[in-house]
Amino acid sequence: MAKPKLAVFKFASCDGCQLTLLDCEDELLALADRIDIAYFLEATSRIDGGPYDLSLVDGSITTAEDVERIREVRARSKRLVTIGACATAGGIQALRNARDHAEMLSYVYARPEWVDALATSTAIARHVEVDFELRGCPISKQQLLEVISAFLHGRRPAVKSHATCLECKMKGHVCVVVAKGVPCLGPVTHDGCGALCPGWARGCYGCFGPSDAPQTSTLSRYYLAKGARPGQMKRLFSSFNADAEAFREEASRHGDD
Amino acid sequence: MQASAGGRMRIDVNGLDVLLRALADEGHELVGPRVQDGAIVLGPIRGVEDLPRGVGDEQTPGRYRLRARGDDALFGYAVPQHSFKKELLLPRVTLVRIRRGKTGAVVEAPPRPDRKVAFVGMRACEIAAVEVQDRVLRDGPWMDADYAARREQVFVLAVQCGAPSGTCFCVSMGTGPKAEAGFDLALTELLAPEHAFVVEVGTEAGRRILARVPRREATAEEEEAAARVVCDAAARMGRTMDTTNIRDLMMSNLEHPRWEDVAERCLGCANCTLACPTCFCTDVEDTTDLSGDEATRTRRWDSCFTFDFAYLHGGGVRPSLRGRYRQWLTHKVATWHDQFGTSGCVGCGRCITWCPVGIDITEEVAAIRATSATAERGG
Repeated sequence: MAKPKLAVFKFASCDGCQLTLLDCEDELLALADRIDIAYFLEATSRIDGGPYDLSLVDGSITTAEDVERIREVRARSKRLVTIGACATAGGIQALRNARDHAEMLSYVYARPEWVDALATSTAIARHVEVDFELRGCPISKQQLLEVISAFLHGRRPAVKSHATCLECKMKGHVCVVVAKGVPCLGPVTHDGCGALCPGWARGCYGCFGPSDAPQTSTLSRYYLAKGARPGQMKRLFSSFNADAEAFREEASRHGDD
Repeated sequence: MQASAGGRMRIDVNGLDVLLRALADEGHELVGPRVQDGAIVLGPIRGVEDLPRGVGDEQTPGRYRLRARGDDALFGYAVPQHSFKKELLLPRVTLVRIRRGKTGAVVEAPPRPDRKVAFVGMRACEIAAVEVQDRVLRDGPWMDADYAARREQVFVLAVQCGAPSGTCFCVSMGTGPKAEAGFDLALTELLAPEHAFVVEVGTEAGRRILARVPRREATAEEEEAAARVVCDAAARMGRTMDTTNIRDLMMSNLEHPRWEDVAERCLGCANCTLACPTCFCTDVEDTTDLSGDEATRTRRWDSCFTFDFAYLHGGGVRPSLRGRYRQWLTHKVATWHDQFGTSGCVGCGRCITWCPVGIDITEEVAAIRATSATAERGG
């Protein structure tokens, strides 16, 4: 029986999430045994035109060309999984969505007229149907392996979408909100990082985007009542997942300081 | 000085150290209080040197801070964020591994836990909580083998509570502050005139280990001082909960507007249930490795507050936060009685302190009682 074909595509991103696949050093040989890496420019110059059994898509849609290309990728993929905050929520580059794009270009580029980009950075799922979204900036290696295993064996990935607080308590970390008064996005942030920052006594930055039932306004209201400034709340929700709906809406409720 | 009638013993701080090392010597891992990351946590300890000397805690809804007590108390705090639950109902446990063998599936049950552990500094409320979990996980019709095996090997070195916090209400729940049973040894810490401990023996195992410790009989004065410690603690509860007819009160107010009100404040983050020493809800995850030759079934902590908890075909059974909060509170203080013959609340106050937005279970119950549609207002 032919091995299932895996493809990895890159759109606007730092590449970190697709590199997570190469970071699977211990598991990489087992992976290569089970799947045919048909398209993965970060790893091999071999190009197999597909169709692919599983396509992993890293990055967001930021150009007119991207819009066309993701449709082609979708057409050649049986299953399409988006990986990382760029692909699932537009990434940090989606900060431009709520601002004047031309003005931002003028700050960054000496010759902004050479740049041919859309005024927005958007998630892949806004353009084509996506079978599964794997969150994170960057994604977790364990979750990536879990998703690939699940798709290889036709089962549902064991990836939770609840708040980061569960993993934080399971790890035994001391809650930074309660014990230190640090505003933390853990209660509204999707599981997956293993409660990394609270483990180092820092508040959660929301790298995995909104959880499945994020009470963002309740959280902001409480932090504001405890002395946080509106601009601080705005910035907290305006990072790697700024264009994820719940975070975008919450950020828009607060002004700058 | 007169020897006490109760025949209780008295050890000094050095004696406590000898006791801890004797427990370790007999193969127990010691799990007890120590300071870490700005809080008192329960973790591995070696002896008296690791205990939180002179450290107390301040707890109010949604807020926890350490404080310097200005004395040498080793157990001068209320309760830490995590209870001993994490040592018995582990956050994650492998239930079974199944491998593809040459002739069929090979089922590999995990090894039975074999860990002698001493719980150092357990409070009455925490003993009560373990007894609640015993009913649920060990003594009921569905015994949890991993829990039961771990529970069997626990030595309880209790310390009577002398420092309740602002969120404590064990007196209301009838679980403390004095531990009457459920321990192998129970200490009461005395700070004056000398730093010492009055020791109550609860079991033969306790008596045996105490025999290895330098000790003398407690005097009547020391016994009285020890009694005063818990008596004073009982008078310093930060909170109260009126439990009169609480089951019927809750169940006849399922449509009370307070549920909507609390849903406006609740994050649904599950912290209350994770910090609660009796909450026992878990999820079972099935995974395979890349090769598909090995499947693993894992039990992990879950919570009735997560959106996909009790997910059935078509969706979760309680999509609203109002419904999820109501499920938790009514189960905890009402239907737990029907199911397990006890309240699920021991009054430790963890759900109040460790709620990131400070929702107070005693205040929610009181609000419902104050405006109850029916007669269960209690006294």
